[in-house]
Amino acid sequence: MTKATQTVHEPLLRIAKRDGIPFGKKVLVRAVAILLALVVDALFIFFVTGLNPLAVYGVMYQGTFATPVRISWALRDLATLLCVGIALAPAFKMRFWNIGGEGQVLIGGLATALTMVYLGSSLPAPLLFVAMFVASAAAGALWGFIPAWFKSRWNTNETLFTLMMNYVATSIVACMTNIMRGQASSLGTLNKATKAGWFPVLFGQRYTINIIVVLVLTFAMYAYLKYSKHGYEIAVVGESENTARYAGINVRRVMIRTMIISGAICGLCGFLIVAGKDQTISTTSAGGRGFTAIIVAWLAKFNTFYMALISFLLVFLERGASEIASAYSLNEYAADIITGVILFFILGSEFFINYRVVLRGETHKEGK
Amino acid sequence: MKKVLGILMAAVMAFSLAACGSTGSESTGTTSEAGQTAEAASTSDIKIGAILVGDETEGYSAAHINGIKEALSNLGLTEDNVIWKYKVAEDSACMDAAEDLVGQGCDIIFANSYGHQTYMVEAAEKYPDVTFVSMTGDFAALTGLDNFKNAFTKVYESRYVSGVVAGMKLKELVESGELTTETQPDSFDADGNIKIGYVGAYNYAEVVSGYTAFFLGVRSVMPNVVMEVMYTNSWFDIDKEGAAAEALIANGCVIIGQHADSTGAPAATEKMLNSGRICYSIGYNIDMLDTAPNAALTSATNVWSVYYTEAIQAAMNGEEVPVDWAKGYEDGAVAITALGSSCAEGTAEKVAEVEAALKDGSLQVFDTSNFTVGGETVTSAPIDLTFYDYSTGSPVALYQGETKEAITDGYFSESTLRSAPYFALRIDGITEDAEPVA
Repeated sequence: MTKATQTVHEPLLRIAKRDGIPFGKKVLVRAVAILLALVVDALFIFFVTGLNPLAVYGVMYQGTFATPVRISWALRDLATLLCVGIALAPAFKMRFWNIGGEGQVLIGGLATALTMVYLGSSLPAPLLFVAMFVASAAAGALWGFIPAWFKSRWNTNETLFTLMMNYVATSIVACMTNIMRGQASSLGTLNKATKAGWFPVLFGQRYTINIIVVLVLTFAMYAYLKYSKHGYEIAVVGESENTARYAGINVRRVMIRTMIISGAICGLCGFLIVAGKDQTISTTSAGGRGFTAIIVAWLAKFNTFYMALISFLLVFLERGASEIASAYSLNEYAADIITGVILFFILGSEFFINYRVVLRGETHKEGK
Repeated sequence: MKKVLGILMAAVMAFSLAACGSTGSESTGTTSEAGQTAEAASTSDIKIGAILVGDETEGYSAAHINGIKEALSNLGLTEDNVIWKYKVAEDSACMDAAEDLVGQGCDIIFANSYGHQTYMVEAAEKYPDVTFVSMTGDFAALTGLDNFKNAFTKVYESRYVSGVVAGMKLKELVESGELTTETQPDSFDADGNIKIGYVGAYNYAEVVSGYTAFFLGVRSVMPNVVMEVMYTNSWFDIDKEGAAAEALIANGCVIIGQHADSTGAPAATEKMLNSGRICYSIGYNIDMLDTAPNAALTSATNVWSVYYTEAIQAAMNGEEVPVDWAKGYEDGAVAITALGSSCAEGTAEKVAEVEAALKDGSLQVFDTSNFTVGGETVTSAPIDLTFYDYSTGSPVALYQGETKEAITDGYFSESTLRSAPYFALRIDGITEDAEPVA
């Protein structure tokens, strides 16, 4: 009998869940992942494009850090992406799959654009900004409220619903921009003559306000999720709806309230994009950030400060890719592969943070 | 195990340190090397910035890239003289790209898409020492800035010639008895006119000017034609362009012209031709023979290198780059691509004859004796050059321009009051579909 148990085949590798991992080791795993990614990339760069990998990495770094103004652009892009991430974090923490960030940003941006165009000449600047702010947040909140209400009422699938709302928003924006451009070939910047509703230039840049607003939001959302009663309710609902109900939490109300907040911040992001960055609206104003921000929020486990780091990484990779494409006249797809490999390894490293690989014969000496 | 891992990590770390250490020196090494080769190989240290809405995989931008590269070799410059910015969207990304190019020392910066224009003008206001060119733009002359320029070819001339090619084909089809009211009855309207079609991007002057020129070209050979225009509301949408072509062919159109950037329409026409339908395609920008070997007759195209050579040379010599540049056949700035094997006999000779007449000015595309509007010959066409902002519903003048008469000496003078097209008369014989293709 004892012999039989001994002959049970033990696999060479086993995957075991980690109970916890010290901070230092976490950092180490990620660092190794990045290094391995750079090695794989170096092989790709050398064998496929025939370029010197080290020179390519240098160019990639310069995409963000070559000049002070590039650093400030990277900060602006970071702020935009992070803002959507901050907006999505409470929804995802509640396990409400809000795939509709894109549409919520767009509809907020459209509300901003319409307000600045139609009220631009009649309202004084401070009031106009208030109106734009309110309009964008309300539009985004509405876009978040609708799927949440349907979910709480009829338990509709929020993933599909929010996704569909993206298409609705995109089509409305396409329709409105087509009307607003009139006989011109394209819409161009809004209120070009009066600059009404454009953020004032602070420290040399119009988007300085964007960065400040997102900085404030980063702290506010961190505190909201971590220290407020609402934040606690969100966490409980996300862990188990039944537990939440048992504890006397009104799940419906938490769901609707959280999605209104999520949508409103997305809408606010649309406001920042239109007033501080593009000064126009188009179907590509959100630029896929509604989806990228999901990665940001999840990777950071909804910690807004980690989210800032991950946003920075994504912006750095994106800027690096386009700089590589520009500097070497490479097709942008090739540059995207280079940054894609890095992202792949970083995402992969999360696996090794949550799980460990146990070799045959190794006992559970660490598994206590 | 831990030991193995430790050694591995140490090795990787060491490698990475070496890598990081050499990255800096390596990259500066290459830049200074590049600088030296530029001095050695290139005759000038001019820096050119190119802001492109696409990259070489997209026909419109590819034509601009090739135009710039050809201009470089014409002027003895090398690629070290150019900094490319690919896939620049028509939003603040354009302003970023322009500022970045200024920061890298560019003397002249081109942006190739119309939607870049409002950002380019801001960059021009901010950096008065750098010349900014907004290709296909329409308000440079009104801004009063001496470093902001527009350029456009007289592509309507090559569209006219491509229309002649199509007309020759129609003539052959009719004379050979292949296309009659019996063989394809739905291709004739109640008055016996032959139906042709046109896939247009947007309903504005640039497209109207182009399809009218195309139509007049066809009609110069075959007087009894009518044309239906269907819009896609997109510059590049392969599916919609294909669907529009199919819809037009289903409505009886025998020739499908296009002013949109994809191969959708020629591909659809080829498919219909191979299924036994009589229909042929006239493309735009690029040779469509790979896409539609049987259906493609030719394509109207721009020869951008003519402009880029002139503009870059002016910038190199410290001369002024033209504010509103528009040239056509006379200077070789437009052309048609190689004639397909389906073209009618004698097409090449006819094309040569028409091209010669366009070059010496004896033929005017928009000769008022060749078209009517509402049954009347047009004698006056005032063109308001003002650039308006329509976003509030009522036009607000952003850059005030004069209203000038376009009709002189019996023809509508296109692309002379400014480089961007402004012919927007809807002439008899052409109907625009009210609804864009679904």
